[in-house]
Amino acid sequence: MSTLSRPGTVTTSRAVPRRLPGVDGVWVAIGADAVIFAILFGSFMQARLHNPAVFEASRHTLNSSLGGIDTLILLTSSWSVALGIQALKRDLVDRAPRYLLGGVLTGLMFMVSKSIEYFEKFTQGIAPATNDFYMWYFTLTGIHLLHVVFGTSLLSYLWIRSRRRAYSSLQRVVPECVASYWHLVDLLWVVIFPLLYLQKAA
Amino acid sequence: MSVLRERVTVVWLGLIVATCVTTWGLSKELFSPSVAVIGIFTIAAVKVSYVMLDFMELRHAPIPVRAAFQAWPVVVAAMILGFWFATP
Repeated sequence: MSTLSRPGTVTTSRAVPRRLPGVDGVWVAIGADAVIFAILFGSFMQARLHNPAVFEASRHTLNSSLGGIDTLILLTSSWSVALGIQALKRDLVDRAPRYLLGGVLTGLMFMVSKSIEYFEKFTQGIAPATNDFYMWYFTLTGIHLLHVVFGTSLLSYLWIRSRRRAYSSLQRVVPECVASYWHLVDLLWVVIFPLLYLQKAA
Repeated sequence: MSVLRERVTVVWLGLIVATCVTTWGLSKELFSPSVAVIGIFTIAAVKVSYVMLDFMELRHAPIPVRAAFQAWPVVVAAMILGFWFATP
């Protein structure tokens, strides 16, 4: 981590040094993941192009209110983790654990919500093999759910370590890396939700 | 550190309101499909942009990195809308 300007970087008018949170490698991984998801979104739309009626009929079986609540959960989770990083930057090391715990609990809430949704689908006899739409629905939400599980595990580790006062304004590389990844998980869902649940047919 | 005065809190409130508008407003039958879809994905792109700028702290990132990440929601929303209008 460097809080100093890197050679050649531009500073703002308030002379705030421009920097990336965490380490550069994490941003390469985040960028690559974002590009992969963009390709998946394009592939989904291409599949929809060939069979819009099936996609529209299948979309109506999804619970858009539950999907909206999932979005609210993840946005709140991201906010809580962002507050945790702000607390560390100001050396409020006693406050950081509670915000990180907020991230963990909301991550768990998302997992419970998705489990309920999957259970509903399976009890209705809906599976990935049912049709192309459901194949994409389970693929996109499933890969995203794996991201949530991984991210919640990382946040749990951060929470435990932060309770032992392992992080501070000068030692926040790992929290910043995990937080950046967690925000990626959030923003991917911000697109997946309308793509699958809200996209009406023309 | 007052949570209410934090910029991330203001952004979070805006994102929550935008999500409610999209989920329980635009997606209903009040609007034509094209208006609804354009609105929904434009709002999604703006939401992603704010998550990047304020939660991921890209507002203060080196300009080329910020520009590359900020292009993502624009390209993704344009691609989705392009396919949507091309679909019969």
